[in-house]
Formats: sequence, structure tokens, C-alpha cells
Amino acid sequence: MTPKKNGRISLARLAEGERAIVATLDGGRRILCRLVSLGFTPGAELVMIQNIGGGSLIVQVRDARIALGRGEASRILVVPLLLTD
Amino acid sequence: MKGMGKTIALAGQPNVGKSTVFNLLTGLHQHTGNWTGKTVELKEGEYQYQGVAYLLVDLPGTYSLTSGSPEERITREYIIREKPDLVVAVINAALLERGLYLVAELLALQVPLVIGLNMMDVAAREGILIEPDVLSAALGVPVVPLEATRKAGISELVQTVAAVTAGTRKLEPRKPDIRQDHKELLNRIVRLIGAIDTTPYPLEWTSMKLLEGDEEVVRMVEAIASSEVWREIQELLRQHDDALVAVATGRYEWIARMIRAALVRPQTGPISLTHRLDRWLTHPGWGVLAFAAVMAAVFSLTYSVGIPLQEFLERGVVRNLQGLVSTWTVALPWWVSGVLSEGLIGGIGTLLTFVPILAFFFVFTALMEDVGCLARAAFVMDRFMHAMGLHGKSCLPLIVGFGCNVPGVLGTRVIESTRARLLTLFLVPLVPCTGRMAVIAFLAPIFFGPQAALVTTGMIVLALIILFLSGVIGGKVFFRQERASFIMELPLYHIPNSGTIGMLVWQRSAEFIRKAFLVILPVSLVVWALSRFPSGDVSESFLAAISRGLEPVGALMGFDWRLIVALLAGFIAKENSLATLAVLFGAGGGAALSVLIRSAYSPAVGLAFMVSQLLFIPCAATVAAIRQESRSWRLTLINISYLFLISTILGIAVYQVALWLGLGK
Repeated sequence: MTPKKNGRISLARLAEGERAIVATLDGGRRILCRLVSLGFTPGAELVMIQNIGGGSLIVQVRDARIALGRGEASRILVVPLLLTD
Repeated sequence: MKGMGKTIALAGQPNVGKSTVFNLLTGLHQHTGNWTGKTVELKEGEYQYQGVAYLLVDLPGTYSLTSGSPEERITREYIIREKPDLVVAVINAALLERGLYLVAELLALQVPLVIGLNMMDVAAREGILIEPDVLSAALGVPVVPLEATRKAGISELVQTVAAVTAGTRKLEPRKPDIRQDHKELLNRIVRLIGAIDTTPYPLEWTSMKLLEGDEEVVRMVEAIASSEVWREIQELLRQHDDALVAVATGRYEWIARMIRAALVRPQTGPISLTHRLDRWLTHPGWGVLAFAAVMAAVFSLTYSVGIPLQEFLERGVVRNLQGLVSTWTVALPWWVSGVLSEGLIGGIGTLLTFVPILAFFFVFTALMEDVGCLARAAFVMDRFMHAMGLHGKSCLPLIVGFGCNVPGVLGTRVIESTRARLLTLFLVPLVPCTGRMAVIAFLAPIFFGPQAALVTTGMIVLALIILFLSGVIGGKVFFRQERASFIMELPLYHIPNSGTIGMLVWQRSAEFIRKAFLVILPVSLVVWALSRFPSGDVSESFLAAISRGLEPVGALMGFDWRLIVALLAGFIAKENSLATLAVLFGAGGGAALSVLIRSAYSPAVGLAFMVSQLLFIPCAATVAAIRQESRSWRLTLINISYLFLISTILGIAVYQVALWLGLGK
């Protein structure tokens, strides 16, 4: 993966099992509204559960599993966490 | 009721077990109430505790209270305008932070609140430990731990609700605060709109929603604020267009402080059941296969048990009753026995024969939803539904529609978004149900012999193409620029509560029968009267006269009046078309009818008839179901007119093309 500046990448490009912190959200008010109420706020930690091919993906955020379309996921920029162990 | 008793509103996010709590509290004392002055129907129920009557109102499941969906608007409008004595917020203990997000929004409405912390068992299984008392102390509102599927904690909830509404337990709710960097901004907006009257909306709440850019509140303030004030507000909001995310982030930061002492979470999460199952069930390949296998099992059960049962009820019960009535009324004028046996018993009987299949599909849908499989099916099917602008959840009602359109239509209730639900509702009648397929299965071999299977398959493909195109066009009309975005929660799997499912199936069947009765009975009486009066002979009846009048249109499809009568008679039940043809041709048995039909019509006519009956106005039971779910006769009529138009246009087109292909002989 080629990180954007500040190490941010689109959520859609996070690999399965990787952890990341939400950096920014972008999009229309409706989508933003739904995303933040589901727990996608800057600073929230998430884990990619499933990201296969070009389809929708599954993310775990604030203990909940959320399915997102690829388009919706690309509106979320995240900073991947490096695994320490 | 409201003067003496207490009104309690039940709020919660989707998948928190809110309806289980509602059912446990109210039992069978439930009904749908019309919220005064609104067309919104909310489920209500009553219970008594220590001589006080409580009216419990089940608000729609919603993640937040910022207006984005009708569910969110209904929930907050109800709380603000109807001012219930207390709101019980049901939250999922395994998703504490998320649930408290809604609680933070409810607290801002300054309404008395009790939290029902449900699914304590699920949380424990995930390794999450919560101390309700510590949480309660932090929030300043009572927190009652619940395990609704085991009925645990319900009596404590009832006691707490009683104590709070009676004033013996005082609340000191902590008001969620806003982030430091936006406090000054909020205060400026509060000062600006302080001059205008926003009742019944609380001032600070209104300011907060303005900051969040809530469309409805923005419109309201724009309408009542003076133009100078409005310009200033607009300028402020323009400078801070990130406020929506900032406010939400602030809420979650507040939540993190509230739960710090009350929550112990596992260091390394155990590999949960959900995780293991999802490796298979949400996989794009295996998931679709699993879903297909489940649907195949369901349909084979429908065909092997449901449909024979329906036929048994039809032949064994309805026909026998009709026979009995005919013998009793033999001395009376012919129409007395006709009204009773064909109109009354025929109409009610048709409805009753639906019940087993209906109940079966209700059980299936409720199970899928309760266990958490529905969300997975929606997830794997989403890419197929997406092209129509539909949500993955629209897939189940459409597939169920193949069995029978009625449970398909009623099953659209699983779709949370109202718009997506209405669009799906609109599309279900285009799914060829078993009744319609029975007519095609009978007619196709008559006209096409060995190619019958090909023709039948072609019919299904045609119906699905029409459905797809209608979906694409409907999606454009219904959603305009706003596409149905795919953001959906996959709830944790959990074992369903048989009581809740039983209750749901009973309620929904009873509700449908009650409402459909009012549609089907008059319809079947009217159709019967039209087909028998004035003389008692179908071929001289009003229906025949109407059909003869429609012959100029029918001629474009090659139909004579008899085929038009058969098409119209299908309104009672699709299979009726065949029975009517048999009567009109004076046929004694199935074989004879097929010979008579083949000699009367060319394959072109047969093809046109099959196409138009496939897409024609759905049966009365489906119409009743569409009316019940859309809650609007206008939408129902639009739907019917659309189907009528499509079936006529395609009938004509198919006939003309078939003639051109030389099928006119």
C-alpha cells in the first residue's frame, strides 16, 4: 500500500485483520450522519474483518460489525496501526 | 387512558431486542395506534403494575436522533411533541458505546429516562463485563440489566419505571457536554435564536441540531427567524461545516468518560461464535451458496407441505362448506346460495387458505432476522440488488414473493429505510407467484407442447427483466440523486426466543387476516355479483358485458371477452382464471378444457394471455397487503395502475410480435 500524506489511507485499502484509527470522514450529510452514529468518528479504532475482491467489506468499530459498500468505505481515511508484537 | 395512567415510550437502536422487551411487558395487550394527527402508526401495548395502568409505545429502531431517516424523525417528534412520562432506552450491553450514543441524544431532549441494559449474556460471552450500578451513578439515570430472551430483569424494569414515574426515585441526569472547541460556537447560536420561540423544541437542543446541520431544524429556524438572525446563523454554520462530525466525536468522548469505570473489556478478544460463522456466511461465494441452500429448503418445504395444505383447506374445508350451504338453501332463490357459498365462504375461504403459507413464511423471516442471518444474506446479496439502487435486505421479500406475493409484501418490513421499503413493496407484485405460475403451467403445454418448459422459463425471465427495469427506473424516481448507500450493521448471532417469534407470527397473521378481510370480502362479493347477475349465467353477466365492452382493447392482444373475464376473475385468486375459463367453455374436465382452448385460440393469443396474466393486477390478498404495508391507498392504486399498464402494453407487444413470427395459427 502507498500511504497518502500523514500515513492516511482509504479504509477500503485496509487489509483483513489490520487495525487502524479513523482520521477523517467525507461525504454528504446523510452518509456522514449515519457513519458517525454507528461510531465512525475521528479517533475511533477499527479492525478490518473482511475485505475480499471488489465487494462490500466488514469492519468492526466500537464492538459492532458494520458492513460498508466500497464507495462508502473510501470516504473514510484511516491511519493504520503497526502491530507491535 | 392518558389522563389516569402513564405513557412510556420504548426507544432503542436496531437489533437490541427492543421488541422482545415490548412483548414481555405487554403480552397480548397490543395494537397499532395512530399517533394523533399523524399518519404514522406506532405499536402500543398496555400493562398494569400496582394498580397503575401503563401505556407502552414502541418507537421505531434508530441509531441517532439527527433527522436523516423517517424513523429518526418519528422517534424524536414523538418524544418532543407527545411528551411521554418516561422513555425507556433499550441498549445492547455488548455494544455499550454505540447504545449510549442514542442515550446521549435522548438526554439532550431532557426527558425522564431509564436505561434497559439488554443482552447482558451476549456481552458476557464476548468477554465484556459491565457494572450497571457504576454506569447508573455516572449517568445519573437508572440502569436495569436485562436478558430479555430469558425474561430476566423485566420485573426490575417495571419496578424502576414505576418508581421514576411516581417520583419516588429522582433522576439527576448528566447532560452530555459538547467539545471545548465548539462550546463558544454553540453559545453564540443559543444567544442568536434565544429571541425566537422554538416551542416545543428545547432551545439548547435546537441550537445543537442547527450546528449538526439537521435539515428539518434548519428549515424550521429559517422559517421563524428574522432575516438578519438567519443570515448570521448561516454565516456561522458555513464557517463550521465540520460541526456534525465534531459534535458526534464530542458525544463519543463524553461516553468514553461515562463508561470508564463501569466497563471491563477483554485484553485479547476471544474468537467468538459470530467471528467463526461469519468466515463462511459473509463470504461472497460460500455466503451466496448458503443462502441459496436455505431458500431451496424453504421452497421445497412450501411445495411439499404448505401448498398441499392450502389445497386441502380449499378442497376439504371450503368446498365442503359450500356444498353444505347449497343443500340448505336449495329452496331459496339461486342468488341466496350464491352470495353465501361463492361470495361469502368463497371469499373468506380464499383468505384462510393463505394462512398456513403465510404463517410459515413469517416464522422463516422472523427466524432469519432474530438469529442475525438476514443481515448476512443482505450483505452477500447486496451486490446483486445494488444495480437496482436497492438494499441487500430487499432480496428476501422478493424471493419469498415467488412462493406467494402476500408474505413477500408483508416481509418488506425488515427493510429499515422507508423509501427502499416502498420501492421493494412496489416490485414484489412483479415476482411470479405460484398461483400465476400454475396458470402458465397449465396453458404453456396446450399451446407449445414440447417447448412448454422453454416458454415457462421465458415467462419467469421476462418477469424478472421487467422487475429489474422497474427497479432501476423506480430507484431513480424514488431516490433521485440519493442512492441507497450500503451501510448496515451485522448483529451478533444469537439464539432466538421462541416466545417472541411465536408472538410475532401470531400478531402478524392476525393483523393481516383482520385487514385483508375488509378488502377481500367486499371484493369477492362484488366480483361474484358481477359474474352472476342479472341472470345467473356467467356468459350473460355484467362481468361478461364489461368484458365485451373491453374487447376493442383485448383485440390488440387477440383476447375475446372470455379471456378478459378470466383475467379479471384472477383478482380473487390467480388460480381462479383457470376455473373461470372452464365455466365459460362449459368444460367438464381438464383434458377437455385444453382441447377447447387450443381450438379457440392461436399460440400468439396464448402467449399474450400468459404474459398479461403474469404481470396483471395482483390478487385481492396482495392488494390488501400492499395497502397494509404502504398505509396509503394512493400508493396502492399507483402500483395497481402501473401493473395494469405494463401487462397491457406487453400483452399487445407480445401478441403483435408473435403474429409477425407466424404464431397466429
